[in-house]
Amino acid sequence: MDHKLDDPDIQEQEIDIKEKVKRKSNLGRIIKYFGFRLLALFITVVIAIYILILIANMGGAVDNIRMGQIRESVGMTMMGMSSEMAEWPLERRREFEQTLVDQEIERLGLDQPFIIRSFYYLWDAITLDLGRAERMTSDAGSRRVQLIILERLPPTLMLMMSYFLLMFFMALFFALFLSRRYGSKLDRMVVLLAPSSAAPGWFYGIFLILIFAVVLGWLPYGGMVEAPPPRETHLYALSVIRHLILPVASLIMGAFFINVYNWRTFFLIYSSEDYVEMAKAKGLTDRSIERKYILRPTLPPIITSFALSMIVMWMGAVILEQIFNWPGLGRMLFEAIGLFDVPVIVGGNVIYAYLLAATVFVLDIIYAVLDPRVKVGIGSGGDD
Amino acid sequence: MRLRKYLSQIRRYPSVIIGLFIIGLLIFTAIAAVIIIPYEEAIILWRGGDMWAESPRNARPLYVDWFTRGNLPRTEILDSRDFPANKTKESLNGVYQFEIMLPLNYQYDGFPKEMNLFFEADFAEVRPNIAIEVLTPDGRQYKTSDISITRDSVIRMEQRTELRRQMGNQSPRFGIFADPEQEERNILKGEYQFIISGYLFGTEDDIDLRLVSYGQVHGFGGTDHRRRDLGVALLWGTPVALMFGVLAAVGANITTFIISAIGVWYGGLVDSAIQRVTEVNMIIPTLPLLILIGMFYSRSLWVMLAVVIIKGVFGPAIKTYRAMFLQVKELPFIEAAEAYGTSNRRIIFFYMLPKIIPTLIPQFVTVIPTFVFLEASLAVLGLGDPVLPTWGKMLNDALSEGTLFMGHFYWVLQPAILLIFTGLGFAMTGFALDRILNPRLRRR
Repeated sequence: MDHKLDDPDIQEQEIDIKEKVKRKSNLGRIIKYFGFRLLALFITVVIAIYILILIANMGGAVDNIRMGQIRESVGMTMMGMSSEMAEWPLERRREFEQTLVDQEIERLGLDQPFIIRSFYYLWDAITLDLGRAERMTSDAGSRRVQLIILERLPPTLMLMMSYFLLMFFMALFFALFLSRRYGSKLDRMVVLLAPSSAAPGWFYGIFLILIFAVVLGWLPYGGMVEAPPPRETHLYALSVIRHLILPVASLIMGAFFINVYNWRTFFLIYSSEDYVEMAKAKGLTDRSIERKYILRPTLPPIITSFALSMIVMWMGAVILEQIFNWPGLGRMLFEAIGLFDVPVIVGGNVIYAYLLAATVFVLDIIYAVLDPRVKVGIGSGGDD
Repeated sequence: MRLRKYLSQIRRYPSVIIGLFIIGLLIFTAIAAVIIIPYEEAIILWRGGDMWAESPRNARPLYVDWFTRGNLPRTEILDSRDFPANKTKESLNGVYQFEIMLPLNYQYDGFPKEMNLFFEADFAEVRPNIAIEVLTPDGRQYKTSDISITRDSVIRMEQRTELRRQMGNQSPRFGIFADPEQEERNILKGEYQFIISGYLFGTEDDIDLRLVSYGQVHGFGGTDHRRRDLGVALLWGTPVALMFGVLAAVGANITTFIISAIGVWYGGLVDSAIQRVTEVNMIIPTLPLLILIGMFYSRSLWVMLAVVIIKGVFGPAIKTYRAMFLQVKELPFIEAAEAYGTSNRRIIFFYMLPKIIPTLIPQFVTVIPTFVFLEASLAVLGLGDPVLPTWGKMLNDALSEGTLFMGHFYWVLQPAILLIFTGLGFAMTGFALDRILNPRLRRR
C-alpha cells in the first residue's frame, strides 16, 4: 500500500479511476433516487386510491357498479343464446340468468368478504378499469369510463400546463425584479395586492367573463374551440389559444400576487446571506450574483411552495372548467354530478389522485435537478 | 408589555385596521342575521313557494334606483280590505252584485314586471263570477270577460288574451300603462282604476282581493328566478360563511399544528408515520372526494365541514410547521427543560407550541377565506347544502340560470362582492399580522 502511494504515476491513475467511479455512482445514485421516489409515490397512490375505494364503497357504490357490469354482460350472452331460450317461460329465463350472474360473481371472487373484494376493486381502480358510465358518453360515443376520462384528460392537462409554465416564469422573474427594488412603490403595491389571492381562480373567472366576454365582447364566454371548429390546423390552434386566455388568466390571478410576494421574500432572505455580501465584495456582476448566489439556493424552497400551491390549483381548476365550460376532467365531474353517474365520479377521484402524484413527481425531479444535495446524496431530497 | 408593543405596531398598518373593521362588520351582520331571521325561518324562506307569490321575478335590488336616479317601479300591493268605502254589494233577487274599486296612482318611469290579482273568496256553494275593468287616466277602458273564481284564485293579467286583443295585441302591462298618444312606449302617469265587479250567489258570500303590480326593483338584494328575496341569502350567507371558515380553520389548522409538534418531539416512528399519512392525504384529491361524499352520502354543510376538517388535519401545512419545530427543538431552553425532567406533554404544549404561535396566528387568519371559498366552490358544483341559503348557492343559481348572458348582474355580483370582501378582510389582517408578529426576513 505504502509504496504504491509514493509513486506519482500510480497515484494519478488512481485519482482518475476514483473520479470515474464517482461519476458513475453519481448517475447510479440519481437513478436510484428517482426509482426510490417513484416506488414510494406509487405506494402512496395505491394507498390513497384504496382509501378512496373504501370511502366510495361504504354506501355500496362500487359493489353496484360491478353488479351492473356483470348483469349487463350476462344479458349480452343470453341474447346470443336466444333462439333456444325464446321458448322458455319467463321465470325459467330469470332463474337461468340468476345462475349465470351467480357463477360470474363467484368466478370474479365477488362473493368473498369485503376485505378481499376491496383488493379486486383496488386493482380495477389502479388500472382505471372502472366499467361503464351509467349515463355519460365520451364524445366518440363510448361509455367506458376509461375512455371518457382519457378523452377529457388532454384539455385539462393543456390548461394546467399553460398555467404552470406561465405562472412559474412570470412570478419568478417578477419576484426577482421586485427583490431588486425592495421598498419601491411597485413592491409595496404587490404587498398590498397579496391578499387578493384569498379568492380562487374560478372566482376571478366570473369577473373576467363579465368584463371581457359580456361587456367588451373581445373573448369568448367559454368552451375550448369555436363551433364549428375550424378545419385548418393553424386556425384551430388559434381558436384554442383564444379560448385559453381567460381561464389561464383567471387561474393566474388567483395565485399570482401571493406567489410573487412569497418568492420575493425568499429572495430577500437569501440575498442578505453573508456569501452574497462576499460575492459583492469580490466584485462579481449583479447578474452573476443573482444567478449563482441568489436564484440557485432560493429555487428549492420556491419549488416546494409552488408544488403545494399546484395541489390546491388542481382542485380550483375543477370549478374553473365548469365556469368556462372547458371540456376537461373538472367539467366531467360536474356533468357526472348532474347525471348521478357513479362510475365516472369514482374514476374522476382516481385520475385526480394520479394527477396529484404526477405533479409531486415532476416537482421532485425539478427539485432534484436544482438541489445539489440530492445529486451528492446527502439529503433524501424533496420532502424531508 | 409585548402585547402593547404589538398593539402600537398594529396602528401603523392600515390594512390590519381595514381588515379588522371588515371582520367586525361581518360578525355584526352574522349576529344580526341570526337574530332577524331565525335558522328555521331562513330555511323555510329559502325553500320558497307561495310566500314569495307577491314578489317579482328577477327584480333588481332597490339600491339600483339610487344609482340610476330614475324612478324604477317598485312593487305595489293594493288590498281591497284597505278600501272598505270602495266596495259595494247589492242584492238582486237572491244574487248579489258587487263592485270593488282599487285606485293605483302610478308615477313610476318603467312598466311593472307583471300584474296579478290574488282573490280570497268565501262562498257557500256557487263560485262567484267576476270581471276586471281597467280605467286609465286618459279615459281608456279595458274589460276582461267573466271569470269564475275559486277560494284562492290568481288571475294573471298577462295571460288574459281578451285584454291583449283589446290593446292591439300587446302585453297588458304595456297596453294599460303606455301612453297611446306617443310613438315610443312611454308611461302615462296618473291614477288608474281597477274595478272588479261580478256576482256572488249566497247571503254570506264575500270576496276580497289583492292587486299586485310587480316592480322592477325589489328588496335590498333583488329577487331570483323563484321570486325569493336574495336579501335572505345575502344576510344568512354571512353566518354560514364565517362559521364554515372559522370552524374549518380551527379544526384543521390547530390540530395540524399540534400533530406536527408531536411528530417532531417524538421523532422516529411517530414522525415518519405522520409524514407518510400526510403524503397519502396529499394525494387524495380534496374536491373530488367531497363530490364523492356529497353524491353518495350527504350534502349537508355539517358533513362537508367534518370531511374538510379530517382532510385538513394531515394537510400540507404539517411540512411547514415541522420545519419550524425542528429548529425549535434544537433551542437550548428545550434541552434545559428536558434536563430537569419536564414531561413530554409539557414540553410540547408549554415549550414548543408557544414558540411558533406568532406564525400560527397569521396562518390561521389567512387560511379562513380558503374555506369560505371552498363552501362556495361546492355550491357552484351543485353540492351546496340542500336547505341553507348561502352565498355559494346564490352564485350557483345565478350561473345555472345564465345570468351573465341575461344581464342580471346584481345576482352574481352581490354574493361575489361579499365573498371577496370576506376574503380580503381576513387575508389583509392575516398578512399584516404576519409582518407584525414575524418581522420580515425572519420567516422561512
